[in-house]
This record gives sequence, C-alpha cells and structure tokens, in this order.
Amino acid sequence: MITTTKGLMDEALLEKREGVIDNDNEHTTWVEYWHDGELVHRSAHVRLKKMPNFIGGEAASF
Amino acid sequence: MANTQAMCTSFMGQLLTGTHNFGTGVTRGSTAADSFRAALFLASATINASTTAYTGTVGSVAMSGEVSGTGYTPGGVAISSWNAPTATNSSVTAGVAFTTPAASFTYTTVTLTTAFNAVFIFNNSQGSSGSRPAVSVHTFGSQTITAGTFTLTMPTNNTTNALLRLSTT
Repeated sequence: MITTTKGLMDEALLEKREGVIDNDNEHTTWVEYWHDGELVHRSAHVRLKKMPNFIGGEAASF
Repeated sequence: MANTQAMCTSFMGQLLTGTHNFGTGVTRGSTAADSFRAALFLASATINASTTAYTGTVGSVAMSGEVSGTGYTPGGVAISSWNAPTATNSSVTAGVAFTTPAASFTYTTVTLTTAFNAVFIFNNSQGSSGSRPAVSVHTFGSQTITAGTFTLTMPTNNTTNALLRLSTT
C-alpha cells in the first residue's frame, strides 16, 4: 500500500516512476506514483556527498 | 627542533564545543550539547553566509522563505545527535576540525509542492524564540514532495566530507 493524496492505495493501481540524480554534491533517488494522470505520491532521498563549506584560517604573521 | 607559527588544531576542535569565548558570549548551565534543528527552504529563498538566525518560531511560525505544507512543522526537524567533534593535524601548520550529524534528517509524510533546495541548520538552544543562531546552509537539487517522505542523508564524517569543517592551511 502506498500513502497518497487520496489515502492509502494499492500499488498495483498506480503508475510508478523513478529517477536518480548523481553529481559531485549529491546522490538522489526519487519515486513518484501516478493515478489517472495525477501525481499522488512523491518521495525523495538526497544523500549529501561533500559540502563545499570550508572555512580557512591562519595565525597572523609578525 | 624549531617553532612553527600556526593556529592550534585543538583550538579549532574546541570552537566546536564552546570552550573559547573572546567576546560577550552565552551562559551555559551545563556541559551538555546544544540542540540543533534542520529547516527546509524554498529554491526561491535567499539564505546564505549572511543569514544570522532562524527568525521563525519553532513549531508555529515559519521563517520567510521556509517551506510550508501538510505535515511540515516550522523549524523543521530536530537533529538528534552529532558525531563527536574531531580535530586532526595535516601538517605542522595545518589541521581540520569537523563534525557531522549522526543520523539522516527525515521529514515523514509531508506535502511540499513548491520546490525547495536547501536545509538550514540552526541552534535551538541559544538566542531566543524568533532569533535562533544560524549554523550553516547546505544546498541540493530542487525537490518537491507529495504525500511522501523526504530524507537527507549526511556525508561521510571525515576531514574532507564532513558537514561542518573548520580548517587552517
């Protein structure tokens, strides 16, 4: 059973679409369920790979 | 032996645990870690290094630019715990201090129909309601969620990938 905008629905009644995004920043998977041409469920899982935030510092020279 | 000018790596690690205070700081009642939260922000919002605080009210009033929708609470989700801050020397002059939340952020059974692409981490123990100090902003590809779950899994907690890293070079 799938949680949808119309309540719990049997997966067999739904059209399933999936996708993947993979780049230097993230690996993302998503899944959608459609019913009669209407999006009724969409979930996503983003796995962060590496954050660009990198704070530099140094001791002052005399 | 020779002396080498450097910012001590242990100092950077201690910045992550509130050991040093060079100005007017906060009064801590215990040595316990602060509580942090992770809020989601719309792709159309403007949060960045200049953002100083979460200005919404956790649980009731969203900050400008924050997502809204069924199942989502203003202020997002609590970050249950962090890996113990670690400080590592990479040379006699350089080092890295880092930490990463110990678990994924999960927003369960939400509907967020306007595209969002950022998570904003803030300190929910310091400041006051309506002004909780900012920690960091992390972006990803735009997403929407419909009667589903959004999960944000953390990067590897090491010197090159950790979510929060302070470094000297």
